[in-house]
Amino acid sequence: METLELEKIASQVRRDILRMVSAVNSGHPGGSLGCADFLTVLYFDIMNHNASNFSMDGLNEDIFFLSNGHISPVWYSVLARSGYFPTNELGTFRKLGSRLQGHPSTDKKLPGIRMASGSLGQGLSVAVGTANAKKLNKDKSLVFTLHGDGELQEGQIWEALMYAAANKVDNLIATIDYNGRQIDGDVDDVLSLGNLHAKFTAFGWEVLEMDGHNIDELKATLLKAISMTGNQKPIVIIMKTEMGQGVDFMIGSHKWHGVAPNPEQLENALGQLTETLGDY
Amino acid sequence: MIEFEIFGNKDTRSGFGEGLQELGQKNPNVVGLCADLIGSLKMDAFKKENPDRFFQTGIAEANMIGIAAGMTIGGKIPFTGTFAIFSTGRVYDQIRQSVAYSNKNVKICASHAGLTLGEDGATHQVLEDIGMMKMLPNMTVVVPCDFNQTKQATIAIADHIGPVYLRFGRPVMPIFIKPDAEFVIGKADVLIEGTDVTIIACGHMVWKSIEAAKKLEAQGISVELINMHTIKPLDAAAILKSVSKTKCVVTAEEHMINGGLGDSVAQVLTRNLLVPQEFVGVNDTFGESGNPMELMTKYGIDTDNVVEAALKAISRK
Repeated sequence: METLELEKIASQVRRDILRMVSAVNSGHPGGSLGCADFLTVLYFDIMNHNASNFSMDGLNEDIFFLSNGHISPVWYSVLARSGYFPTNELGTFRKLGSRLQGHPSTDKKLPGIRMASGSLGQGLSVAVGTANAKKLNKDKSLVFTLHGDGELQEGQIWEALMYAAANKVDNLIATIDYNGRQIDGDVDDVLSLGNLHAKFTAFGWEVLEMDGHNIDELKATLLKAISMTGNQKPIVIIMKTEMGQGVDFMIGSHKWHGVAPNPEQLENALGQLTETLGDY
Repeated sequence: MIEFEIFGNKDTRSGFGEGLQELGQKNPNVVGLCADLIGSLKMDAFKKENPDRFFQTGIAEANMIGIAAGMTIGGKIPFTGTFAIFSTGRVYDQIRQSVAYSNKNVKICASHAGLTLGEDGATHQVLEDIGMMKMLPNMTVVVPCDFNQTKQATIAIADHIGPVYLRFGRPVMPIFIKPDAEFVIGKADVLIEGTDVTIIACGHMVWKSIEAAKKLEAQGISVELINMHTIKPLDAAAILKSVSKTKCVVTAEEHMINGGLGDSVAQVLTRNLLVPQEFVGVNDTFGESGNPMELMTKYGIDTDNVVEAALKAISRK
């Protein structure tokens, strides 16, 4: 898909995110805005997937897991805009009876979701399992994940990193939302990750880096990662992003991690983002 | 005269190992995962016969549960194996989110449950696992009583779609369930029919309860013994049918009284048919190192404790 088209979709996704969280005065806009470009590129340009006929097993489809489940608004918007469910359902986010739970779940049977997430650190293990199942099934498609950088403080992530390298899980591409922020402040102040690139390398992974807000670079890096699959090593991409990207008063601050804009702030923010596909 | 044919003596974990081996031969979707306890879990045969379907995760139980959950996507039926303490307490949140809430077809197979793990002591003697697992929505909890039943249960849970916790143990105990017995999840076995008191037991306490029933019979007391191999879903109909006849109950389990089989039975009785109930189980204390059978005596889950509880329940009618 053309870069301009992807940028238009990402702009609409950002509007969806802000309207969803503002309507219920809760949810996580900061990280969602930061990953809007990545998920748009992944779903509209990279993955082979079947939005109109969702199957839990996803045989011969690329599968995505959102390990940092709190940025559900961006995933829900991208899923809806991809055709997994009607966009007007975005208006039910976090409301009683909705299929769009605060954190992603499977029990309401929302198409596109294959695993609950929210309690952090579990998604990489799950992805390794699905990657194993694909190999047993002789299914050549890939497994993608997204993790927060703060999430890497969970020990289970490092168990999965160790396992995937030792067992040559080479049909898996993990991406880290490297925005440097978490609820309590900067990651470096809360619990520094140290030299993340070197740590991943030492754990036996192929490591790539990319700018999470440059559509062309996202496309090129993800394609490069795909070209590196099947070579006995798992692949991780450190994706530099800004929390709150796209809204001038939100960008680069942890303060919008889990706070929704009020109606005035929403109006200001929407004024900065073009409505391209029609609001839900 | 209470008599059971004895088919030898074996540990229940070996029943799991044989059941898993049989599953490996007949169900290509069954996969095995283990966190560095292949020998203890008796998973060697499955591993040897199905190397491509066996996954050694190392000492990383949280990762093992996550991998198992992920493998269900694509149609695999994962059986995870480690000690009961590491199968539950260590990975409760992983089970809760990635298995139970996500309703994944994972079979969590847990050996060395309870006091009869013995000499390793309280760090490894989990007595809370039935409670933890039965509280999770979507989870089925199965506690078979001997080698044969553990093998039968292992095979049966592969056909059940959804998360299962299968609890078994280490000590060598008499085998008294017939090798060709049918195992139905959620359907209790009435092992002895009687009229004076209903004993409802699970796991190793079923054999202890058989011994207790013989002692009570010698005193002229007629025991009805129910092997409640499925804690959840609980066979309430079997409980009420028996208790409406005997009018009193003893529950017996190698588990904390808090949160175990006895609690589940008490809920059924409180709602439907109030009768005296006595609880044989570990009473809010950790265990310690020792010989398994000596530990059962010290912590009040031996044959004589079941006898005493039965006499007390009868006296309260």
